[in-house]
Amino acid sequence: MFYREAGQYKTSYVADQAVFPIRQDRYGIAIILLVAFVAIPFLGSTFLLQAVMIPFLIYSLAAIGLNLLTGYTGLLSLGTGAFMGVGAYACYKLTSVFPEVNILVWIIASGFVAAAIGILFGLPSLRIKGFYLAIATLAAQFFLQWCFVRIPWLVNYNVSNAIEVPQRQLGEIILTGPNSTPLTRYMVVLVIVVVMTWLASNIVHGRIGRMWMAVRDQDIAAELMGIRLLPTKLLAFAVSSFYCGVAGAMLVFLWYGGAEADTFNINQSFFVLFMIIIGGLGSLLGAYFGAALIFGLPILLRYVPAELGLPLHSATVEHLSFLVVGVLIIFFLIVEPHGLARLWQIAKQKLRVWPFPY
Amino acid sequence: MRLKGLLIGAMLGAMAGTPALAPAALAQDGIYVPLFSYRTGPFAGSGIPIANGMSDYLNMLNARDGGIGGVRLIVEECETGYDTKKGVECYESTKSKKPVVTNPYSTGITLQLIPKAAVDKIPVLSMAYGLSASADGERFPWVFNPPATYWDGLSMIMKYIAGKEGGFDKLKGKTIGYIFFDGGYGREPIPLLEQFAKTYGFDTKLYPVPAAEMQNQSAQWLSVRRDRPNYMIMWGWGAMNPTAVREAARTNFPMDRFLGVWWSGGEDDARPAGEGAKGYLTLNFHGVGADYPAIQDIVKHVIGKNSQTPRDKVGENLYNRGVYNSVLIAEAIRTAQQITGKKLVTGEDVRRGLESLTITEARWKEIGLPGFAAPITNVSCTDHNGHHAAYMQQWDGQKWVKVSDWITPMKEQVRPLLEAAAKDYVEKNTGWPKRTEACDKRS
Repeated sequence: MFYREAGQYKTSYVADQAVFPIRQDRYGIAIILLVAFVAIPFLGSTFLLQAVMIPFLIYSLAAIGLNLLTGYTGLLSLGTGAFMGVGAYACYKLTSVFPEVNILVWIIASGFVAAAIGILFGLPSLRIKGFYLAIATLAAQFFLQWCFVRIPWLVNYNVSNAIEVPQRQLGEIILTGPNSTPLTRYMVVLVIVVVMTWLASNIVHGRIGRMWMAVRDQDIAAELMGIRLLPTKLLAFAVSSFYCGVAGAMLVFLWYGGAEADTFNINQSFFVLFMIIIGGLGSLLGAYFGAALIFGLPILLRYVPAELGLPLHSATVEHLSFLVVGVLIIFFLIVEPHGLARLWQIAKQKLRVWPFPY
Repeated sequence: MRLKGLLIGAMLGAMAGTPALAPAALAQDGIYVPLFSYRTGPFAGSGIPIANGMSDYLNMLNARDGGIGGVRLIVEECETGYDTKKGVECYESTKSKKPVVTNPYSTGITLQLIPKAAVDKIPVLSMAYGLSASADGERFPWVFNPPATYWDGLSMIMKYIAGKEGGFDKLKGKTIGYIFFDGGYGREPIPLLEQFAKTYGFDTKLYPVPAAEMQNQSAQWLSVRRDRPNYMIMWGWGAMNPTAVREAARTNFPMDRFLGVWWSGGEDDARPAGEGAKGYLTLNFHGVGADYPAIQDIVKHVIGKNSQTPRDKVGENLYNRGVYNSVLIAEAIRTAQQITGKKLVTGEDVRRGLESLTITEARWKEIGLPGFAAPITNVSCTDHNGHHAAYMQQWDGQKWVKVSDWITPMKEQVRPLLEAAAKDYVEKNTGWPKRTEACDKRS
């Protein structure tokens, strides 16, 4: 009734090919952006900003990165954590060598370092596919993590083998370090994530995205159509690692404020992989859904017993939230194997014909 | 299909409801002491007894004395799973309830909280773990790591070895192996070990154990068998400890020449190796067993009522370590009450309390823990650690037995290293605040 495109006439190809052809969708996006940019900063508590929203956005970006590779190009990767680490360590090195350059420049620049490393580890992807490629990227995960532990140069010879985020400013505003407010960091993260999501959306809807999807669906057919496999796959690795690298740099500089090599372990890779599987492979929206479910839901569940006034012990709550999240994941995958994004799409389809389905 | 619609609705509703879930401020009066514990995850084996000891002692104070100085303690555990991500989340969620002190109980979480402590005015008490350099009170006014740093621990182990050999000059030409958790925690002592090696002319062999390989150390112990070191020193935690002890027993390494730091000395670290573990040595800075009046009070007031501890686990090494940690918290709060004259102290007051923390032998007795630990006398505004003594304990196949006197660390060797590291940390973190907190005169 409310959600249908009847009466919305398109008079140009541009309008017909828009990412959100339906007016209600455009309003929806505008409302979400309004909430993210205005309502949450004004109404949200420090806890919401620091412990929920900032990590949620960062993980969403990492999930988008992995989704470009796994969901759009069909190349399975278990090296996400390590590529995030490359971004974080690159940003740390760059800002400690050139402290006068703005940190925002370095956060983006560290994505390029991650992209270069990503291309390197993407090379085997021409010859191997599927699980075999997953094992090759697993090697990247272990090798890079080994580097983070064993190369003291990366941590500026810190005895604790950790990186600590120095204070960096933009004019008078403190962006990183312990003195920065969660609000500032949230706004920086939000702007970066929104801009990069917009870029990703343009990439996947354009020529490059179609090349990736052609490779995913049938690489031999794609090759016959004139798509050169190696550059296409390497481009996917590069762009994906770029996104992961920026997410990793933000993770350390705008959320944690310091990190050990263990932050970027294999669990981190699985964490992001689960997000895109639950959220929906090959969907940018799915990356957000996945991050919300895998990262956000456990936090939410932890406060449910306390809000209900149940006197449960913290460890019991933790076990319970493990259980509930696990059950929900299985449930969602049974109900819709293509992830939450597909569920959302079906819901929209139903809404279009509501209340008179045919 | 309706089910799906409902589900989506529920999901959206849940997301929309998030802002309302920001933790509500506590209405009741009391001193809020959050305990970051890990009863889940790969380190739960070590984490559970410590968490039990910590919460039991504080709950006992509530039950027996009605808190500290007549003010109840609000003890609340937050589960971190030894995961930095959840630790930071715990910190953020407890922050609004005005905690008087944080116990991160993980090196990773400690590193995150060190810069935040000064900003949020919540002192960090990382008891004998965390960043050794944070013992420098001039540069880290909000961080405390008594009773001893890892560097102190290594110097005490070296002293014990030298004592067995008959003097430091006898170490010349010997080989000392160092097996360690390959991360910040295990890597920290290496510079000091190398310095010792240079000074006394012995060889060192390093055997790093990566986090993923904790339970499979056959490669490391194969190298040990080849290198035949005269002594082995271990810096391990969690599943790494029992594995190392078992492997050492399997390679027939003489157990009385295998020495661990205090985090490698749980009962469950030595027990799985059976008879083979007999003779294994670790440092410890507090007593083991339940024969202390205060621990008997815990049994009387808390066990079986407000506790998760099985009766037979009371008094185990790591349980008592939790108790020791809580004694430090309680004494710091008590000292803060004395200094400020307030009953309801804040984080700022407890920071002052920690800086003036003194637990004499008489006071240990008064608490109900006579001879439990070395007196805490050296913590000051400049020295947030104190470099206190520890002793060596040996596994006799059933329990830990004290086999040495109190060993004092070689402070003159440790302090310069520590200050250099602290200076380095501050230099690298541009904008590190200068200490503005006044120093209390000791009474």
